[in-house]
Amino acid sequence: MERNQSRRQIAVTRQSLFDQGFLDEQFVQLEELQDDANPNFVEEIATLYYRDSSRLINNLEQALEKSPLDFNKLDNYMHQLKGSSTSIGAKKVKAECTQFREYCRTGNGEGCVRTFQQLKKEYGLLKRKLEAYFQMVRQAGPSQVACRPK
Amino acid sequence: MEDIGARILAGDHQVQYGQNQRTKIKALVVDDNMINQALHRTLLRNLGIENHVVGNGREAVDVHCSGRRFDLILMDLDMPVMNGIEATKKLRAMGIQSTIAGVSSRSVDENIQEFWEAGLDDYQQKPLNFPKLVSILQKVNHSV
Repeated sequence: MERNQSRRQIAVTRQSLFDQGFLDEQFVQLEELQDDANPNFVEEIATLYYRDSSRLINNLEQALEKSPLDFNKLDNYMHQLKGSSTSIGAKKVKAECTQFREYCRTGNGEGCVRTFQQLKKEYGLLKRKLEAYFQMVRQAGPSQVACRPK
Repeated sequence: MEDIGARILAGDHQVQYGQNQRTKIKALVVDDNMINQALHRTLLRNLGIENHVVGNGREAVDVHCSGRRFDLILMDLDMPVMNGIEATKKLRAMGIQSTIAGVSSRSVDENIQEFWEAGLDDYQQKPLNFPKLVSILQKVNHSV
């Protein structure tokens, strides 16, 4: 009974991540690569994503403190962050990356700073939600590999 | 000839590209992003394709200079040290005839045109997934 409840809870939590626009179809592609030979693939990718993003966000933070702003450098960092976000299916973060790059293109420093704040918020939220989700999955036990119902 | 592509799209992840052939297909992943490296490796491994990963175009050229050959090269565009366009040009100039598939997030036409002209056999927009990889594999001539 308890196991059914936690399985249902996991499914509901997972669905909400899509419904609320945090994740897109790419995340499902990652889930489909998870199997017995690779049982923690999605969480491993998420861990790589946190590491990569953390590094890039730090770089962006520092670059945004310089004066004048080096839009080329900023765009380069954001291109990388957008790439990672796209590969994991981080929909909202990806959208902020796109917006930021647009401001880089037009040389709008204020827009960049504003969007960066929003991006950090979205990223922080996504990370917390994903960490909570994977914790639920782990607690439910090894047979509870979350997959899209076929 | 069994339709491997159809089986993969139907969700059969046990298809092994290496099984019915004398030697396994070998692929080289060229990408500076760790997530894409992990993703592409897993996609290839799940299809039974032996794979090697390098982090930029320079390393891709170096691995060929050391004598290694691959049936398929998945080449990213934006990389430090040497980008995908330069690396593709160099490999073709070296006489490398492997299938080179450009895999990039870019959709600006100008850069893709330049990428194609460098010597690509195929191009897929990131992120890569099973259907896109199957599409690329159909271009691979396993003669290496």
